[in-house]
Parts: sequence; structure tokens; C-alpha cells
Amino acid sequence: MAVLVDQNTRLLVQGIGTEGANHMRRSIAYGTNVVAAIHPRRGGEQQDGVPIFTTVDHAVRDTGANVSIIFVPAPGAADAILEATAAKIPLVVCITEGIPVLDMVTVKRALLGSGTTLIGPNCPGVITPGTKTRVGIMPGDVFLPGGVGVVSRSGTLVYEVVAQLTDLGIGQSTCIGVGGDPIIGTRQVEAIRMLNEDPGTKAIVMVGEIGGSAEQEAAVYIKEKVKKPVVAFIAGATAPAGRRMGHAGAIISGEDGKAENKKAALRAAGAYVSDSPAEIGSTMKRALQERGLL
Amino acid sequence: MKLHEYQARDILAQNGVAVTRGSVASTPAEARRIAEELGGKVVVKAQIHAGGRGKGRLVSASETAAMYQALTTDAANNSGQVRGARVGGVRLADSAAEAEAAAAAILGKYLVSIQTGHEGKLVKNVLVAEQADIAKEYYLSIIVDGTVGGHLIIASAEGGQEIEAVAATNPDAIIRMPVNPVSGWQPYVGRTLAQRLGLAGDQGDQVAKLAQGLYKAALATDASLVEINPLALLADGRVAAVDAKLTIDDNAIYRHKDLEALRDKDEEDPLEVMAQDLGVANFIKLDGNIGCVVNGAGLAMATMDTIKLAGGEPANFLDIGTVNDPQRVVSALKVILEDPSVKAILVNIFGGMARVDIIAQGVVDAHRQMKIDVPVVVRLIGTNLAEGEKLIEESKLPLIRATGLAEAAKKAVQAANHAA
Repeated sequence: MAVLVDQNTRLLVQGIGTEGANHMRRSIAYGTNVVAAIHPRRGGEQQDGVPIFTTVDHAVRDTGANVSIIFVPAPGAADAILEATAAKIPLVVCITEGIPVLDMVTVKRALLGSGTTLIGPNCPGVITPGTKTRVGIMPGDVFLPGGVGVVSRSGTLVYEVVAQLTDLGIGQSTCIGVGGDPIIGTRQVEAIRMLNEDPGTKAIVMVGEIGGSAEQEAAVYIKEKVKKPVVAFIAGATAPAGRRMGHAGAIISGEDGKAENKKAALRAAGAYVSDSPAEIGSTMKRALQERGLL
Repeated sequence: MKLHEYQARDILAQNGVAVTRGSVASTPAEARRIAEELGGKVVVKAQIHAGGRGKGRLVSASETAAMYQALTTDAANNSGQVRGARVGGVRLADSAAEAEAAAAAILGKYLVSIQTGHEGKLVKNVLVAEQADIAKEYYLSIIVDGTVGGHLIIASAEGGQEIEAVAATNPDAIIRMPVNPVSGWQPYVGRTLAQRLGLAGDQGDQVAKLAQGLYKAALATDASLVEINPLALLADGRVAAVDAKLTIDDNAIYRHKDLEALRDKDEEDPLEVMAQDLGVANFIKLDGNIGCVVNGAGLAMATMDTIKLAGGEPANFLDIGTVNDPQRVVSALKVILEDPSVKAILVNIFGGMARVDIIAQGVVDAHRQMKIDVPVVVRLIGTNLAEGEKLIEESKLPLIRATGLAEAAKKAVQAANHAA
């Protein structure tokens, strides 16, 4: 079992420039069913055996694509998300970094009631190792099928956590990079809810970072609803206040944005909080042992 | 991207926000002329991006570090000075001659405040504005907020001070009102805001119009923050912005060529400007001695955290992003090596979108293109690791290798301590 992506995923790739084409190849090699690609001027051609369409609407009607991954550059990314939403694709994963935040204000409203779930933007995507379904840019070979779900604002920290888990022989159900921007399609708390309700997920890792209040939102839900062990790490505990640390979301402003307050909220909710990013895997091992799950 | 107060005032005024009368001057003579036009009673304000201007001190370039030390180590040096005092970067003048003298005392000097850092900021311009006879101070801002998914108005009847302090001591005094992005600004938003600020009648109408202008300005400029603190109810019954701050979403600058011209590179850290010019966008200078080259903002922050936990101090935050060109790695190392306090470098790359072999090639190229005499710890993992490993092996360079994150940080701290 898994969430969001699995053996039923029929993937469509929007944006097949160098990176899009490169990651499409890697997803195919990993074992993912890629059914269509979008390029406004190469309709009718093929890319690595995948048929190219000029519009998402056409691709969905011809191939039954049910998940889209977006690599379209920032100025056109909001349009690409809205195109996929209009074509009623149930899940859209937007990798693109640097989308103006006001574009995301429009997108977020357009998604309401649309039936489309958006992951990202500015995210590494979603992967379910058990079904070899990679809808993202992550290095597939560090993942191991298993029962730990991972939710993270940062992409490379997903890989870091997963490498530690895999080294300890702890596999993953589904890993979700929700994205580092202030306005994202699916917030951490929603991703945690999905993993909490998934019978195939027995424990959850949450990787947060300074800025915003998403971790506090998650803590409220965890305290109320989550019986599975949750391991949390907050990146940026040592970052100076007031500076934007790459992710537009990662700027300390206000009390909720501070790492210490996020950690305190998560501890109070019963999560196992790892102070060092190098000990997230071992903290999960301890948590699983304590709960008799390993 | 931050704007200067005088630039932000112009944008606000263009969008219908009432601001106090005034204009910018780069010479004392200009300041005098503006003061004459305003009737002599003016405030002269140094134009730098950092806050704390009124409580700051003006010194020559050679004295900034000592002054910063004095301001930050002894709180007493920083108290007792209030906005409008005659020693800081914000000065009151009662005549055009006084305004000219104030401008002469401020222009060309370095203003050091607790927010400028030890190098201070060179003052190139002053804003000369009418002295506001303030009856009551308010706070008003608009941000783009992730939780509400759109614009959020933040306001308080307790303005004129740090809003964070108000939020901490009296959270009920902070008004938060989202603006629905579908309907946009509607008259009820202004009415509700005015009522909650305790302003009725004509003054209520004025604040409603002003807030609408603020929202228009935020939309028009792709601003992530527009802030007025204080927003003043003047003795003559006008409501006007006495200060203005505007920050533009860096991701949206591409569609505002006119605003891009307002960028003041002198306000940015020289190393950060160099990094930007070399295409290394996400670089922030810090005070430690271990240079960091990392991919991904989260991992970059986590790497800094791990260095601190291992007893070291990072010299910078650097997210190299998705690298398709080894030269970007060379540029990143060049920027880091410009900082004389760097005693060791940690390259921590977990390839996903970024490919490990390109990073490895960059590290090798950097050693060939320039003299690197600090130890370099390299931890590579992820996409194209085998190809990257091969490049490093074949280069025969004296790189310190690590596989785990904690191990990499520990080795970097050891190397830095050994070199220091």
C-alpha cells in the first residue's frame, strides 16, 4: 500500500527540455509507467518511446494519463498546472522552482473544488519504492520498499533521510516532497494525514524547516490523530534570523518560524525530535523498536 | 529585493496611499531646497535598507566595526536614543538651514545600526519630509501568507514600535485580515479594518482608502511585503504613511524591468553580489570559517546545523541548486575563497536533479584553475555517483573524503581547527 502514486499511475510529463527529458528517462528506467509527454511544437513525435502531444487535454483523452509531472520553466509553470487541472488530472506534481508567489495565489484558488491535488511547486516529487513509481527527480537507487512514509519541505533532505533509513534496512512506503515555497498545493499536515490513513505506512518522518507555521499545524494534527510513531527534524536551527535561506518559506519571522518553537510543538505532540540531521534514521530505528514495530 | 524608503513612498503614492510630503536629496543643497519648499520644519532621514536608523550612529568607514561593537555589546549605547534624535540617521530640522546641516552630517558617512552589520552602510541619499505632527501611531502591512494562500493585512492600533514586540506582549492588539484573491479588494475590507483600528468617520474613510492603495501597490509590484510603520493620524486630521518599506518577490522581478532598476547593489553584501554575478544565486555570507557548497536549501541548512553540532561555525549558506555546468561549482568555490576567514571547505552534494559527476568535475576544475590552499572535504552521494567517484579518483587531488553527513561535518571542523 502507498499514497498518491502506485502501480496504477499513468504518468504524463509536461515540459521535456533537458531536465524534463532526462528525468522522464530515469523514471522509465526505475519502472514507472510514462504514457505521454507535452511539447507545444513537437506533437506527433516521440521522446524515448513516449508519444508527444501539444496539449494536456489531448494527451489525457488519448492515453488516460492520471498523474502529471511539471518541469515547465517558472514563467509558464502556473499555466501548466492550470492546464493539467482543467484536464481533470487527479494528481499534479510541480518540480519547477522560482514561480512568483502571486501566481501560486491564483493557482491555489483555482484548485479549490477542482478534484486535482497539487504537490509542490519547488519540490522533488513523490516516490513509492514498492511499486517502482517515481514521479520526481530523486535518485531512485537510495530508496527501499517498506513501511516508513517521509514528508519534507526540502528535496535533498528527503534523499538524506532515505539514505539513512535504507542503510539501517528500514524501507519506505511513499516519500512526499511538499516543496519549499510559501504557497504550496499540499501542506505538510495534509501529506501527514494521507500517510496516517494509509494502512501500508507504519511510521512517519517529517522534515520541516525554519519559517512559517506549517510544523505547528502538523503538530496539532499529530497530537489529535496520529498513533503511528513520528520522527521530526527541523532544518535551520542555526540560521540567522531575517535571512532567506534559499527556500522562500525559510525566513525566520515571528515566533512560529523559529526552529526551537517548532521542535517544542512537535515534542509536545508526542513526536521523536532529532536535533541532528545525521541522526534521523537512527531516531526512527529507536522509535520503531520502542513501539515494537521492528 | 528590498527598496529604499523613498522608492517605496513613490510607489505607494502612485497607488493612492497618502504619504507625508517630501522628496529625496543627494546633496545638502538639494536638501535645503526641498526643506524650503516644505516650509522649513522637516525630518531628514538617511536612506539605507537596514532598520534601526534613528538609533544608529554616523561614522567614517574606518570606525564602523568599533561602533557596531559598541552598539551591539552594550545595550545602554543603544537605548536612550529615540527616533528624531539629533545624533542618529534620522534628524529633525526646524529650518531649511538646519536641514542642510543635517544632510551634510549624514550624507557620505557610514550609518551603523544594530541591523547594518559591522561594516555599516554608506549613506548616499536622504529623504527630506515634512515633520509629521503625530496624534496617534498605527501599524499597517500586507504580506503574502502561505497559510491563508494569499494577501494578508496585518494592522495594529499600537504602531510606532517593533510589531514583533507588540505580537509577543499583546497578541490581541494585532489585527489579521485576509483579502480573498478571487473577489479582490471590496469596500467591506476597508470598513472592517477601520472599525477594528478604532477609526470612524472621515478618518475611517481615509484609512480604508489608504489600505486599498497598499493592496494595489502590493499587487502591482509583486511585493511579498509592504509595510507602513508608523501609519500616523496627524494633528490636522490627515492619516498618512510616515515610513514605508517594500520588498519585491525575487522570483517575480523578471516581469518588472522598471523595478529592477531600483536595485541598490551597494546595500547588499559584496560577496553576495559577486555570487549573484557569477550565477550562484543562493549565497548568504555568515561569520564562521567553514565554507559550504551544498545542493538544496534544506540540506544546506542541515549541513550548517551539523557543522554547529560538531563544534564548528559555517562561513556561509550556499545552495548551488541544479548544476548543469561544472563552472558553477568553480564559481561557488571562488566566492567562498574570497572570504579570508575560510579555513576549510565542505562540499556536500546529494545528487537528485543535480548530478554528482558534474559537481566532481567542478571541484577538480577549480583546483586546476586556481590555487586552493585550504583543505576541502568532499561528500558525494546520489545521481551519477560512480562517474563522480571516478573523476575524483583520477584527479589524484588531496581531497578529504566522507560518506556520512556527521562524518563530513566532523572532518571539516577538524580540518578548520587544524588550519586555524
